[in-house]
Amino acid sequence: MSTNGGAPLLEIKHVKKYFPIRKGVLQREVARVHAVDDVSFAIREGETLGLVGESGCGKSTLGRTIVRLLVPTAGEIIFQGRSIERLSPRALRPLRREMQMVFQDPYASLNPRKRVGTIVGDPMRIHKLGSKKEQKARVEELLETVGLSPEHYNRFPHEFSGGQRQRIGIARALALQPKLVIADEPVSALDVSIQSQMLNLLEDLQNEFKLTYLFIAHDLGVVRHVSDRIAVMYLGKLVELSPAEELYQRPIMPYTEALLSAVPIPDPDLAAKRERIVLEGDVPSPIDPPSGCRFHPRCRYATGVCSEIEPPLVDYGRGHLAACHHPLNVDAATLSQVSAAPESPAHADRAALPHDTSGESRPPGS
Amino acid sequence: MAEKLLEVDDLSVHFATEDGTVHAVDGVSFQLSRGEVLGIVGESGSGKSVTAMTVMGLTRDVNSRFGGSIVYKGTDLLQLSDGEMQEYRGKEIGMIFQDPMTSLNPVYRIGEQITEAIRAHERVDRRTAKRRAVELLKQVGIPNPESRVDDFPHQFSGGMRQRAMIAIALSCNPSILIADEPTTALDVTIQAQIIELIARLKDEFDSAVIMITHDLGVVADVADEILVMYAGRVVEHGTIRDVFYDPQMPYTWGLLGSIPRLDRPRPERLHTIKGAPPSLINMPEGCKFRPRCPHAFEKCTQEPRLEERVGTPGHLDRCWLDVEYKRAHRDETISSGTTEAA
Repeated sequence: MSTNGGAPLLEIKHVKKYFPIRKGVLQREVARVHAVDDVSFAIREGETLGLVGESGCGKSTLGRTIVRLLVPTAGEIIFQGRSIERLSPRALRPLRREMQMVFQDPYASLNPRKRVGTIVGDPMRIHKLGSKKEQKARVEELLETVGLSPEHYNRFPHEFSGGQRQRIGIARALALQPKLVIADEPVSALDVSIQSQMLNLLEDLQNEFKLTYLFIAHDLGVVRHVSDRIAVMYLGKLVELSPAEELYQRPIMPYTEALLSAVPIPDPDLAAKRERIVLEGDVPSPIDPPSGCRFHPRCRYATGVCSEIEPPLVDYGRGHLAACHHPLNVDAATLSQVSAAPESPAHADRAALPHDTSGESRPPGS
Repeated sequence: MAEKLLEVDDLSVHFATEDGTVHAVDGVSFQLSRGEVLGIVGESGSGKSVTAMTVMGLTRDVNSRFGGSIVYKGTDLLQLSDGEMQEYRGKEIGMIFQDPMTSLNPVYRIGEQITEAIRAHERVDRRTAKRRAVELLKQVGIPNPESRVDDFPHQFSGGMRQRAMIAIALSCNPSILIADEPTTALDVTIQAQIIELIARLKDEFDSAVIMITHDLGVVADVADEILVMYAGRVVEHGTIRDVFYDPQMPYTWGLLGSIPRLDRPRPERLHTIKGAPPSLINMPEGCKFRPRCPHAFEKCTQEPRLEERVGTPGHLDRCWLDVEYKRAHRDETISSGTTEAA
């Protein structure tokens, strides 16, 4: 996996997605669901960015907003240097070839009344690519690429197991030779043994077709395996963004620490020894998110400041950003440098860009 | 010695279908005592859910054929009539299912669904039953149980629904709780809460638990014993230490190796078990795992019996390979996964 692609393929700046809640005869807006609230990051060409968080944190909404299945409430989505957040459906159409999605539930995302050949071939028919014969040949080739057999062309989805269906979903996403693939929990519905096959397949395809992935999942064990960098979301906010290994070695945000400790370890002795931080309760409602740091009601390090002031996303060096008043695993020197750094909006923009993980990038102000 | 609650002996479950007989479960035996947690692990289609559902009497049908026995406190559940089974189901043995979204009835309030279970088995009036429902919701950790008891399932989150399901399963104080993939549909954080809850309730209610999962990691810190199932058979059976630290079946190695692990450096490639489980109608000759096993040799065309091959009492497996050979080679599968890098 090469990450030295250089320019970002996709950049999102201050993206917000609110869903209005309407009530009464006049359908007046009475409240808003803050599904995605001011998220910025960039994905480089050939990179895999993992996006993790619990159900309801807005990770799927963000994924859908990026491919413009949803229109953002505010913010910019820049794909290959072009703002796409306000494009009309017609203008978007050529871009759909570049961005494709793999969905979570392989049972619900394939039309049960269509044959596999039609499901995988439809994107090409819609975009009028090649003759019927070429399309068929291409579908057969795709089926082989994802580990199915070309003879499966005339079968229906119900004839396949969960893992095979997910392969069909992947073949469909690859049909238009996209640059960016957004995989929304592609393995959560699968057995562990099939899950590992799927992760290896996604990796092979990335190398073969130079794909860029946004990999959405709630399981940090899975995400670590595929990602170059990982973004952690909580209640619509980006709370930590870091190179993958760095995040596992020294998580800064207590929420990340808790997520990591919740991943089961298949080793009874280690599992018994390790401290498991069980988060109390569920994610609060995004209609009326908590004040200050949104994680503070469930955070074991929370103090007064956490409920009053929302912590900004701060760069702790080595491309590691986090939003927390009580950062973990940060030494005093880094901390003093960080606190001296100015927090201008320009800085926030710069921070959202991926850092060169190979070079030593120092925190601003050093 | 704790009271023995359940003795399953040589259980087989076959279903007659248009395409032939499905051998869903074949020759499964295990025992369960009070206070114990038994983990049943295997891929989809390995027969783990059918085993559990048969214990609950949920697989009874004109097309089902049963063999062996399921003895619960001295009574063979397989010999009971449907009406008699009703007395055990829910009252003596409770069950929670994988998907808390579909296993609750959306048009009834949570409280009604709990009181329904209580009033099906005990002669109590509505008020008492409702009070018990509130108490149960409190025990499974639902905040404000007094008001939440009147909520509908859609007002609960996924984790809370699974808690409500557990409350229903425990409503009649069963001796055995069967949890069929209780956390697969949930977030990892909620998964940790639910597993902890089940372990705590097991002690509070002084019961035994059968936990079914495809992920060995989930049962690592709660199970006492593990049953690994493949193609309807038990292929390895031992204490948790036997199965995690001295696994004998290459299939168990595969399951262990497939899990992306946070406690180890990231491997180049994850281990995968090649292919898919066999059809339960046309099973391969000999060892059922042979077609997917990288270590298969001539002898594997005969099916090995489930017996003690390691010398650890109670650690049973179905593999012809030499124990020393296995100890020398299994780590290639379990801990690296780098061996088959492309």
